[in-house]
Amino acid sequence: MADQALRKAPLVGRHGGSAGARVTPAGPATRLSLRAGTDAIGTLSLAFGLELPQRPKTSASVSGRHALWLGPDEWLLIDENGADLMAIAAGVSALHSATDVSHRNTAILVSGPDAAGAIASSCPLDLGKTIFPVGAAARTVLGKIEIVLLRTGEEEYRVECWRSFSPYAFGILAEGAEDAAL
Amino acid sequence: MLLIYCPYCEEERSELEFRHGGDAHIARPTNMADITDEEFQDFFFLRDNPKGLIFERWRHIHGCGRFFNAARDTVSDKFVMSYKAGEPKPDLSGATPATEKPLTEKVGETHEATEGTAK
Amino acid sequence: MSGANRIAGQGRLTPAKTARFTFDGKTYQALEGDTVASALLANGVHLVGRSFKYHRPRGILSAGPEEPNALIDVSRDVARRQPNVRAPVQEVFDGMKVESQNRWPSLSFDIGGVNNLLSPFFAAGFYYKTFMWPKAAWEKVYEPFIRKAAGLGVAPTEEDPDHYANRYDHCDVLVAGAGVAGLAAALAAAEAGARVILVDEQPEVGGALHYDMSVTIDGQSGYEWAQATAAKLKAMENVTVLTRTTAFGYYNHNFVGLVERVTDHLAKPDKKLPRERLWQVRAKRVILATGSIERHMVFANNDRPGIMLASAARTYLNHFGVAVGRKVGVYTASDSAYEAAFDLKRAGVTIAAIVDNREKPGDAVLTEARRLGIEVLTGHSVVDTKGKLRVSSISVARNGGGSARAIPVDALLMSAGWTPSVHLFSQSRGKVAYDAASGRFLPGTYAQDCLSVGSCNGTDGLQATIEESLAAGELMARATGNEGGAKVELRGENAFEWTGGMAGAGEGAGVDTTVKAFVDFQNDVCAKDIRLAVREGMHSIEHIKRFTTNGMATDQGKLSNIHGLAIASEVLNREIPKIGLTTFRAPYTPVTFGALISHSRGELFDPARKTPMHAWEEAHGAVFEDVGNWKRAWYYPRSGETMHDAVNRECRTVRNAAGLFDASTLGKIEVVGPDAAEFLNLMYTNAWDTLKPGRCRYGIMLREDGFVYDDGVVGRLAEDRFHVTTTTGGAPRVMNHMEDYLQTEFPHLKVWLTSTTEQWAVIAVQGPKAREILAPLVEGIDMANEAFPHMSVREGKICGVPTRLFRMSFTGEAGFEVNVPADYGQAVWEAIWARAEPLGACAYGTETMHVLRAEKGYIIVGQDTDGTVTPHDASLSWAVSKKKTDFVGIRGLKRPDLVKEGRKQLVGLLTKDPNVVLEEGAQIVADPNQPKPMTMLGHVTSSYWSENCGRSIAMALVAGGQARLGQTLYVPMPDRTIAVEVSDMVFVDKEGGRLNG
Repeated sequence: MADQALRKAPLVGRHGGSAGARVTPAGPATRLSLRAGTDAIGTLSLAFGLELPQRPKTSASVSGRHALWLGPDEWLLIDENGADLMAIAAGVSALHSATDVSHRNTAILVSGPDAAGAIASSCPLDLGKTIFPVGAAARTVLGKIEIVLLRTGEEEYRVECWRSFSPYAFGILAEGAEDAAL
Repeated sequence: MLLIYCPYCEEERSELEFRHGGDAHIARPTNMADITDEEFQDFFFLRDNPKGLIFERWRHIHGCGRFFNAARDTVSDKFVMSYKAGEPKPDLSGATPATEKPLTEKVGETHEATEGTAK
Repeated sequence: MSGANRIAGQGRLTPAKTARFTFDGKTYQALEGDTVASALLANGVHLVGRSFKYHRPRGILSAGPEEPNALIDVSRDVARRQPNVRAPVQEVFDGMKVESQNRWPSLSFDIGGVNNLLSPFFAAGFYYKTFMWPKAAWEKVYEPFIRKAAGLGVAPTEEDPDHYANRYDHCDVLVAGAGVAGLAAALAAAEAGARVILVDEQPEVGGALHYDMSVTIDGQSGYEWAQATAAKLKAMENVTVLTRTTAFGYYNHNFVGLVERVTDHLAKPDKKLPRERLWQVRAKRVILATGSIERHMVFANNDRPGIMLASAARTYLNHFGVAVGRKVGVYTASDSAYEAAFDLKRAGVTIAAIVDNREKPGDAVLTEARRLGIEVLTGHSVVDTKGKLRVSSISVARNGGGSARAIPVDALLMSAGWTPSVHLFSQSRGKVAYDAASGRFLPGTYAQDCLSVGSCNGTDGLQATIEESLAAGELMARATGNEGGAKVELRGENAFEWTGGMAGAGEGAGVDTTVKAFVDFQNDVCAKDIRLAVREGMHSIEHIKRFTTNGMATDQGKLSNIHGLAIASEVLNREIPKIGLTTFRAPYTPVTFGALISHSRGELFDPARKTPMHAWEEAHGAVFEDVGNWKRAWYYPRSGETMHDAVNRECRTVRNAAGLFDASTLGKIEVVGPDAAEFLNLMYTNAWDTLKPGRCRYGIMLREDGFVYDDGVVGRLAEDRFHVTTTTGGAPRVMNHMEDYLQTEFPHLKVWLTSTTEQWAVIAVQGPKAREILAPLVEGIDMANEAFPHMSVREGKICGVPTRLFRMSFTGEAGFEVNVPADYGQAVWEAIWARAEPLGACAYGTETMHVLRAEKGYIIVGQDTDGTVTPHDASLSWAVSKKKTDFVGIRGLKRPDLVKEGRKQLVGLLTKDPNVVLEEGAQIVADPNQPKPMTMLGHVTSSYWSENCGRSIAMALVAGGQARLGQTLYVPMPDRTIAVEVSDMVFVDKEGGRLNG
């Protein structure tokens, strides 16, 4: 029996940003692409311990676990504490689909007074305070790639993207952070 | 760059998040294997390409991921409305897009208007 | 003193703050805040460039972005050089190097000036006629000559060392233009609480208030009010004020492109600063306050240096403190030019005369002229000018004839009135309307949510402009849901109301004259050229424009359009509105490629997608190839190996021992739900309900027209869960194709799709030793051949981490594809490699993968198929279910053309000479001696040297191919004809026994 394989995150060792907007790779997390009809939302919410949001561009967060509305029957679940989300889903009999995407995505944290400006360098979403308030979440584009954006605080954002796109995302956010701080 | 109202996200988002999906309200025959060549031709190949109002499909591919339908004026690029997939084709016969108003004597013609006579 | 023509006490620049720059090698002193134009004029330099076609000496015509003449080459260093910069727009910085353009050997003695003497040969449309014969000479003789003789600046050759930035922004109200109108509109909108962006292309707000000294607003001088208002706006949280920023394009749905020039005016810019910043603004409402542009007068030799717009001379005097001459004449059809004479006179400059082509100018200006002792010649015109490199005198005659009187001048100011800047309005697809009373095109029918205010809307009076703008600002703010704030009121006063203006050729340049009376300075188009175009049959303004090139230069006819139209109108004897205006196109002024590209350069040009094992591959010498955005290991050369050597070794090793291949880029889609099998039945030609959990099947996906769209192996993990693989390049479109059908045609099916391409790192272990390599690393899976046969999938653990282990093969060897969560990819690969290497295995790349699959006749969608190939054409009929009553493509496959005899079919080709490797794409014929054009039977789709076969192998699409097995066909090449024999497509292990080893 060989040794347990070691994990290697795609953005390990990357750092960047500016005084106004720090750009940092997020730690590993478990993630689920959760799909279900309206009738299963209650049961699934109970199982995951948070209310699955039903309004566009919203999210729910409870102690490091986030559920992001991506579409009318689609949520991205993120658990920063690494809980086995697939196992939780497996315990729910209501009709749904759960697919593990923990390693598909990686996340970049953008924080600081110029964080929104850094993201606006390449993201066409309106990030105005009332339009995209704390807790807002949306799948959108960043330059030439797709991302999922979650506003985690007044000056804090989490950018989720597919792992092979993450160096690009990191690079463009770092450039955006430099410009936003000028 | 268009601004497109997504009926699922309930707001206008940049065209960058969308992908065009061709004409709307062309239902795939349920007896697909049995249709005639002519029926297949109409279903798959032939499209009207109208000047003016068109019903078309869009997918909010980098947003909620949903396909939906929209009514757009192909001259002005103005969207009259957009609505969820599966909803019936709306009757918009009364809607006259702004640019379809006849040009008055006073209105100077621009390139698009004169090109037709300048062949 | 920075320049002999700087007048003490005039202008707003600080005399102590100087900057030095060179023009054509000579050093000049400027003041901080000068433009190149104002600094050159301060130093008495009027000759700035040579014209495009005739190489005529040209000077500075304007004080703004409409400048057609004074185009210069500006550089900071060798790499930072920009041609065709407009001198009145470029601010001077210390150390700047300026060169004139389009002259040789020097600006004052230019050999190309001979074009001016040859001008009869360069009449409008000359290149459509003169150079038509002989045909071959166009490309080799005429075009290079014209390109050299005519033209503007020279493009830089060095890579641009600067960087550029981009910003998306959103606002309630975007205001374009920060003159009186724009400032008032922005203030009203901002006070109401709207998110406002105010942009102006100049370094400071103010617009016409830069030169118009007679205006007061709320008791303040106009210019000071403008600066104070801008400061107030900048301090508001809901307002962004951008100066040196041009709104260059007004696109669909209130999307406006702005370009902000960040460093071009700085002597030593901070390296962190982008040179320019592109703003992509989505505005709920737009207010256009773009003002008007003064027109020149069209008369003989109206292009000499020293002849300029009257408002430009006012700007140079009142803002920059520069007198454009010492003895200045004025030629006008509008009251506004009198103000220039008054300002200059008050500053001590001699006004030679005001020549007004109208009989009755406004009383107010006449009174003031009389008071200042300026001679006014009403009903007179300037009919010619003299002066080699700068105007020295003007010939003035009574309208309608009579002898001309020469008046010596060293500058001539002119005004034919004002053209409202409807460019952005027109770009928004608004229709302009001709206002016959004022002779102007004004905004008519609006196409988008915008409003025009101030002089671009034809509003003339100051107070009227202010009230209109305040109302528009408030209206637009309220329309976007802003209800707050106090109502803004402003009181503006000015000394004069202006009237007048004309369009078209002036006296002495009318019909039947052949003088050079320039309409379009930048493209050297004269009044006579427009008449010639009409005589030659161009009756549409669009044709006249293209025949003469009037308005087609980089200034886009900002000065020339209306004159050209009026001249055409006169010759055609049709009213101006019946002729119509040419359409204004974005960009309003030239935009650098750098700004448009912004962040998308270097590493950020396009995402470079790397697999989890990329670092290992790089460390082990892999050469990479681009597959879409992916970087894939192509082959692993050892020291001294060519690509051919490496691929041959890898091919041998896989069949003799084993090989490791990074297949992570393959598209993966997880299909989950009780109706998953039914959905796949509809998406693929194969039947999936019969596939048992734990088994895999090769599937073919068609489009509705029956042609192959994608293929891949699908594994069934559970009754309601499938792991679908797609081609690397096909992953996104297959996902979209499946979502399309699921959402819009089969929404009743209870199934969901998730892209898992990047969830899994995929390590293919292929070859006779594959099982031996893997078995000790795997937990919870019976690796025995019988327990885990070809085309199965198992879930378990490898190296202690979860795996989906596929027993499958794209090589024809017994093989596995190890899927592990991506972060574990490299560690698991290393563990497998540690076992594989001692057993004689190698790592192989995509080239070897291609050869090995071709040896087995496995197709690659997109290489062996091209969107016109059916499964039957590709010998894959076995994969098309005959029992199913529906799947996407079922009806398409029955189309008459798809079932008829003689279709191109995939076959193998073996060259008669086994050492000859065919070229992919080469055409195939039956008879190489037939006359040309030959009848092509098809083409080679895949071709390789097969080390395992000891000969070349190929696949080809050949008409009626399957009926030609054994036939000899020919591949004609430029140097020889290659004979080939048609064969089946399996070149190695025809029985397929090795798969089960």
